[in-house]
Amino acid sequence: MAELTYRDAVAAGIAQEMARDERVVFLGEDVASAGGVFKATVGLLEKFGPKRVRDCPISEQAIIGAAMGAAMTGLRPIAEIMFSDFLAVCWDMVANEIAKTRYMTNGQIALPLVIRTANGAGSRFGAQHSQAVENWAMAVPGLKVVAPATPADVKGLIAAAVRDPDPVIVFEQKSLYSTKGEVPDGEHVDQLGKAKVLRSGKDCTVVALALMVHRALEAAEILEKEHGIACTVVDLRSLVPLDTQTLLAETAKTGRLVTIEENPRLCGWGAEIASIVADECFWDLDGPVVRITTPHVPLPSADQLEDNTLPSVARIVREIREKID
Amino acid sequence: MKRKKAAAGGEDIGRETRLELYRLQLELRYCEKRAYDLFLQNLVKGTSHLSLGQEAIAAAFGVAMRSDDWTFCTYRGHAHTLARGASMAGVLGELMGRQCGLLGGKGGSMHLTDVSKGAMGSYAIIGAHLPVAAGAAWSAQYRGTEQVAVCFFGDGTTNIGAFHEALNFAAVWKLPVVYVCENNLYMEYTAIHTVTAVDHPAADRAAAYGLESVIVDGNDADEVYRAAVQYMDRARKGGGPALIEAKTYRHSGHSRADPAKYRPEGELEKWLEHDPIKLYRERLAKLGVAEATLKDIETDAMRKVDEATAAAKASPVPALDGIERNVWADGGAAWRN
Repeated sequence: MAELTYRDAVAAGIAQEMARDERVVFLGEDVASAGGVFKATVGLLEKFGPKRVRDCPISEQAIIGAAMGAAMTGLRPIAEIMFSDFLAVCWDMVANEIAKTRYMTNGQIALPLVIRTANGAGSRFGAQHSQAVENWAMAVPGLKVVAPATPADVKGLIAAAVRDPDPVIVFEQKSLYSTKGEVPDGEHVDQLGKAKVLRSGKDCTVVALALMVHRALEAAEILEKEHGIACTVVDLRSLVPLDTQTLLAETAKTGRLVTIEENPRLCGWGAEIASIVADECFWDLDGPVVRITTPHVPLPSADQLEDNTLPSVARIVREIREKID
Repeated sequence: MKRKKAAAGGEDIGRETRLELYRLQLELRYCEKRAYDLFLQNLVKGTSHLSLGQEAIAAAFGVAMRSDDWTFCTYRGHAHTLARGASMAGVLGELMGRQCGLLGGKGGSMHLTDVSKGAMGSYAIIGAHLPVAAGAAWSAQYRGTEQVAVCFFGDGTTNIGAFHEALNFAAVWKLPVVYVCENNLYMEYTAIHTVTAVDHPAADRAAAYGLESVIVDGNDADEVYRAAVQYMDRARKGGGPALIEAKTYRHSGHSRADPAKYRPEGELEKWLEHDPIKLYRERLAKLGVAEATLKDIETDAMRKVDEATAAAKASPVPALDGIERNVWADGGAAWRN
């Protein structure tokens, strides 16, 4: 095991796959010479050369469209969209073209491609560079959606996404880029569609994603030590495919479910989780499902305001104490 | 500006190629007319965008392309798909929502695709396929296969962002892609000149991407064929992309719902005089092709359309298990375990 930052794990995951398979190519804005605006792709140009690691103009439609055309003709491209907010600029490519083409052509066209993007808040960037938009992608049939919380999962899920025969969007949480964690040595390939149970407790099941996983774990520690509430914490990791088996089993064990989301309130991924649980394990519940979300507002930028918009550890502790106890 | 004049003699294009161009234009014309007849019989559902009058462009590229080249076209894509050799019963069957359709009834008129023939899809969002064609061209360049991507679109497409992103991208990366603007003078219901800052919506923008301005008579199959050969050949040899503006005219409205009443009186009649098939038949006759030979081609084309129609009509409607098939590569639609 080696300790890597979340950002270094991105480069390590891409490098592992590019070294393995010549069909893997990487394109995006500022990704080659500059190594990415978040420095998450440093060293790839030097290692794999300008034919495979390519800087692009500020043309998100061209970037994603080119990835699509390359994927349908035999390459396995990884395309970077610098900030996930910019997916709105090329949403036609993502939601209308990439997601639907296999289905519309009755399986004639395969699109083995990966879109990586820096998602989420916590960096004071304001409403157009901070959104958590994984729920947008989750709502479109034909897209697989993952959001890793740790460096090991970053590397493993990027590798799994590259090897997957379908389009996968990897939402990297930009506030986590500098965090560190152990990453297995040698080749590391994870599995899409598998949640991880990070902590087990008898009172309440907390389901979170990306940055919120870390806050859920911190809150669980406080709840157990200071308030005697023992929480199970599940890192969902993948929204599509969704590991409903783990979700339902872990919810049934405690009888209570709390989702912690960066998404704004309406139609955040937690709403779908709550719906599935209400449908399929209602009689195992001892109380209502609790959703802790960002309020339904665009994100403000000032320290004070952003910190009080995203679910904080203190808010998670407070809401779980109030609603679960 | 480079403008090509139709060569009256055309010794540069051989007799076999010429007969092939005539045959293909006729098949495209007859099949498109049949699609319209099937509408009127309520056998074709949804919408449909006919390219009656624009056959020379699809036919000329279809004949000029290498079998492993790729076609990307729009929702007005029946002709472009057929021109690559896709099954006519498959096209008509798809329009009619039958099992034998190219897409098994899951795409319809606006998404005709036959990957086995290099017809890489009909794209129904304006401009979307220009970047996709660039990506395919990138793949050819990367793998050194000397394949070319050809991307057809209408004049209206030149005013959407994806057009400009794709042209710049293809030019900067020197990609083997030929962009073909079929300028039929109308973006849907609106005359293109009333909404565009330049006279030639594609050709006048070429300079912005370091490309030469190329305008051809899109109703003259020979002229289109020459341009197709020239610019595909250049792209194949590493010379980068081209942007060709082919002047043409659609005989019918934008879509099934459009009676095209916005056209000035006499305009259609003027263009019917310059109909690509009429023009080509006259040229072949002048070049000495016997009337009987032309008649045979016409009879055969109609027979092919009749047979395809019968096959499509005989095909069952799609099985319902298709609804949840082929979202994913495993053939299914599961989003959970």
